[in-house]
Amino acid sequence: MSLDKNDFLHLCRLSRLAPDPSVQEEMAAQCSRILAYMDKLAEVDTTGVEPLYSPVIHESAFRDDVAVRRADRADILAGAPATDGAFFIVPRIVEGK
Amino acid sequence: MPELFELSLLEAQKLIRQGDLDAESLVASCLGRINATEPEIGALLARRDEEALEQARAMDKARPADLSDKPLWGIPVTVKDALTLKGMPTTAASKILEGFMPPYDAMVVQKLKDAGAIILAKNNMDEFAMGSTTEHSAWKKTANPWDVSRVPGGSSGGSAASVAACQCFASLGSDTGGSIRQPASLCGCVGIKPTYGRVSRYGLLAYASSFDQVGPLARTVEDTALMLQVIAGHDERDSTSSPVAVPDYAAAMTAQSDLSGLTLGLPREFFGHEGLDKGVADACEKAVEAARSLGAKVVEVSLPHTEYAIASYYILAAAEASSNLARYDGVRYGHRTASPRNLEDMYTSSRTEGFGPEVQRRILLGSYVLSAGYYDAYYRKAAQVRRLIRQDYLDALEKCDMLLAPVSPVPAWQMGHMSEDPLQMYFMDIFTLSLNLAGLPGLSIPVGMSEGLPVGMQLMGRAFDEGRLFLAGDKLTRALGTHNLRAPL
Repeated sequence: MSLDKNDFLHLCRLSRLAPDPSVQEEMAAQCSRILAYMDKLAEVDTTGVEPLYSPVIHESAFRDDVAVRRADRADILAGAPATDGAFFIVPRIVEGK
Repeated sequence: MPELFELSLLEAQKLIRQGDLDAESLVASCLGRINATEPEIGALLARRDEEALEQARAMDKARPADLSDKPLWGIPVTVKDALTLKGMPTTAASKILEGFMPPYDAMVVQKLKDAGAIILAKNNMDEFAMGSTTEHSAWKKTANPWDVSRVPGGSSGGSAASVAACQCFASLGSDTGGSIRQPASLCGCVGIKPTYGRVSRYGLLAYASSFDQVGPLARTVEDTALMLQVIAGHDERDSTSSPVAVPDYAAAMTAQSDLSGLTLGLPREFFGHEGLDKGVADACEKAVEAARSLGAKVVEVSLPHTEYAIASYYILAAAEASSNLARYDGVRYGHRTASPRNLEDMYTSSRTEGFGPEVQRRILLGSYVLSAGYYDAYYRKAAQVRRLIRQDYLDALEKCDMLLAPVSPVPAWQMGHMSEDPLQMYFMDIFTLSLNLAGLPGLSIPVGMSEGLPVGMQLMGRAFDEGRLFLAGDKLTRALGTHNLRAPL
């Protein structure tokens, strides 16, 4: 699989990444080479094989859903880039008064 | 008389329990060693020298008479920067988390503290554990204590280098595709990737959640077993952690004095691999001979889908990474771009500025294999191959008690030698990552040297059979004279 420029920019958009134009061509080529290698999997006959998404072998452990306070609001907000003391602050997303 | 920092963890524990050694002396010895070695190896990120000394003094004053439920009382350890430690910078070696102070301890960190351990520092690593050399840290490179022009392996390279250089008695790393076993092998120490679910991942910054597992590194198998004893067990905050009871590993290790009655399987696809270095192969051959001399039966087994492991792993791990790392958006913690034009620009610019090239590459690949039109061909296909790979292991482990195989195809290589070509770097994980696909445990032990550099082998077992891996690893390293290796730094 080879990624053309539009494919690569689409992937960047999906990933919320914007690599510098000077490195885009190289990154796209690297990704293409890696994906070309991944095509090796087509050699394997997987007819009727159930996908394995997790190696967990135990049943889900059920427990009561108990509300506990694990952290204070101030501790959580302390790590945020911008807050008003009560909420995370982000750039405005709704235009208006 | 060796320096205090040269003791094994169990030797230090014994002296402390006898009252012949205090925590302050032990911490001071390790801090002295850190100051002497850190300029050369760069294994550490955030340090807490003064706090650790104060903690040790306070512990010496309040020392309980009975230390039986405090197995790590006064023992200096380090932890990988992928694990949260309350009030201490935790970045996973990424600029996106620069300055982040987590408001909680990882479960394994809490367990270390409960056992009486003194945490000295966070270890350098490849950014978000994506790499095999610790060259992909946003902060600095770590050098191998056996030859400082070479890499320590990765991604837990800071942990392995720190242990090998005797900066601490043990360290916690994490292993997603070999990230504990491979640096342990390259640095001549011991490391275990436990069975998936053996150890809680609560507080481990996620890379690929169905692969990630926390585990210890130390200089002896016994020390590694004690560390796993401390951190293993169910945690209701990680539903993938297992309710299976944790056995007594020390008892398992002394269950017999040799390896009689055990059958070890040699996977022919590993030993016949074209990239296997002659020096590594020779050291492995001697270890196999030692196993035979100890009474083990050795048989050849096959893992027929080995050649598809790299493709399966990198598709699935990239997919999980692209999803896990979506949380780094500049809203709640970590880096935010200086003057965003709007919300989307804030996400995109913060992430682009914060993530290094390898992390960006894996996010892009993950987005690709999960996107409409490619999901079945890549993601689902890779998960089907994952099941076949696990079945290979289960079939092989029907014919033997555990597998014995090389960890890294080559000993530690020169810094800068491989980092330009990502695919070439992925190939170095050929012997380690299939075990993560299968979710089974693997213990890396030093078995010899090749041209002055340590060579490791891994013992891979059935689910939750860590005890027998420790038994075999302990007997083998003692027979080979690789028990408690220390880098000549």
